[in-house]
Amino acid sequence: MSNITEMSAASLACAIAGGEITSVQSTQAYLDAIEAREGDIQAYNEVLADHALQQAREIDAKIAAGQNPGPLAGVPIAIKDNLCTTYGHTTCASKYLTNFQAPYMSTAVAKLQAAGAVIIGKCNMDEFAMGSSTENSSVKITRNPWDISRVPGGSSGGSAAAVAGDMCAASLGSDTGGSIRQPAAFCGVVGFKPTYGRVSRYGLVAFGSSLDQIGPLTKTVTDAALITGVIAGHDDHDATSLPNPVPDYLADIDKPVENLRIGLPTEFFAGAAGALSPDVKAAIDQAIDTYKNLGAEIVEVSLPHSRIDIDEAGGLSSFAVACYYIVCTAECSSNLARFDGVHYGHRTNDELTDIIELYSRSRAESLGDEVKRRIMLGNYSLSSGYYDAYYNKALKVRRLIAQDFAKAFENCDVILCPTTPTPAFKIGEKTDNPLEMYAADIFTISVNLAGLPGISLPAGFSNDDPKLPIGVQLIGPVLSEENLLRTARMFEKNRIQDSVETKTEHEFHG
Amino acid sequence: MSKTIDADLVRHIGKLSRIELGDAEVETLGRQIGAVLEYFDKLQQLDTEGVEPMAHAIELTNVLAEDVLKPSLTPDQALANAPARDENFFMVPKVLGESS
Repeated sequence: MSNITEMSAASLACAIAGGEITSVQSTQAYLDAIEAREGDIQAYNEVLADHALQQAREIDAKIAAGQNPGPLAGVPIAIKDNLCTTYGHTTCASKYLTNFQAPYMSTAVAKLQAAGAVIIGKCNMDEFAMGSSTENSSVKITRNPWDISRVPGGSSGGSAAAVAGDMCAASLGSDTGGSIRQPAAFCGVVGFKPTYGRVSRYGLVAFGSSLDQIGPLTKTVTDAALITGVIAGHDDHDATSLPNPVPDYLADIDKPVENLRIGLPTEFFAGAAGALSPDVKAAIDQAIDTYKNLGAEIVEVSLPHSRIDIDEAGGLSSFAVACYYIVCTAECSSNLARFDGVHYGHRTNDELTDIIELYSRSRAESLGDEVKRRIMLGNYSLSSGYYDAYYNKALKVRRLIAQDFAKAFENCDVILCPTTPTPAFKIGEKTDNPLEMYAADIFTISVNLAGLPGISLPAGFSNDDPKLPIGVQLIGPVLSEENLLRTARMFEKNRIQDSVETKTEHEFHG
Repeated sequence: MSKTIDADLVRHIGKLSRIELGDAEVETLGRQIGAVLEYFDKLQQLDTEGVEPMAHAIELTNVLAEDVLKPSLTPDQALANAPARDENFFMVPKVLGESS
């Protein structure tokens, strides 16, 4: 038996259901790992030790009684702190929600539990999921397990660091513009954002409602398929959740896709040659070679409205990033209006006689700088006189971006590109410049605007010391999860790699 | 040098956003918001004549549900996180004047 905390979720569930390990043993092993590494990594806002052990005992009792414990039997899973749980706190890493205890359960977490998962803790994040480094947390700074002087990415940085640090078997994150895939790339794990609406958003604290999507961060592609299968599906509580039946993502996961056509967007390759770090470029070239070796046809496609521009100072920009930040700040300004200091959350201690002052001071005292900036940007671009120039313009560009993808998918099955232009950056490196931080999502953002599924896979390492993980991103058409996951699994199984890589090699035994 | 938005406009957006702002914050936000707005202007390079705005990527329409009663939060659950409460009410400063 290999070390419990290095096993994939699928193999751990098999071992627990088969009686080789108990759920309590597995939960305790992870609690011990958290105890040992949390001091360095700081991935968790709250560790739910007692609750997790209680859940584990219930799973063990079920197994002892001969009942089916579910496909995630006893697997310790960590949850991003913007998903409501009726135990512990749901803080969104904001001072506004420090003491908030959700009165209802998010659908995704309820489904994990029903499948036998043990919820081990709530993970750190950028406040209200606004950021790309988890440095916008009001709770603490999470560190990248590969190099603790670097960020884990964001906004699901705690969820990614917890998986990479073997402090949970898998985790849930949320992805509005890359917030699952980008930290997965920085931390060397698998991060999957399903099609918009594939997973119910009920109980996910809303940021950009037309972009937000819940998904798993895992050690293997099979785990991503397993967990997505559990959490996906229509939910009466979320009118935007898709009614389409959920396929069995595991059924053919090991079966290679035949006649696979991989699309390379010109704008992300030749057009962005100066945007990529040399190590990222080498890893992506190697990923393309892996697929070539597997017989895939490589075709050139074009995403003109996701084009990456490089200014004289080396700064990156794109229409998609501009479009995204108009749309997401507009949606955020509306969604975050609910934080009023009246219904729940922080209320100023000052005795005020005016309710507008009460709202304004409670919000001023408890919201972080980036959150304030985004609310204000959103209110600006939605306000009278600016609506057409900003918000309405962005919605039109959004359609152009989505149409580019639809056209590209006429000639390929899956689009391949980097997840990020560089590996993880240093803590503090980009905190003074919001625009530089926004560029970290330049390859992931269009996917959310178009509502597509996207996955980031470990694709090698940089030459930094210590070495840093690099991610490759695969993007598929709407509701192509099955094909996309199979394509990802082909890469994971056959990746051309250097012999020095050891840490992330988690064999799937299931 | 990127554009800055003036203090009065920052204060106006602050008011719309229900966020109290200090003087130092007004100055910083004016600069930062100005820089982001300049970035937004990039979209003006694109011709979007005749393009239908897209609010949602997956355009579901007419999502209907049966009009039946379902379990929901009890008043105690709904009020459990309230900073100030009076029986089944959220407490706020007096909104209406003396003569009601």
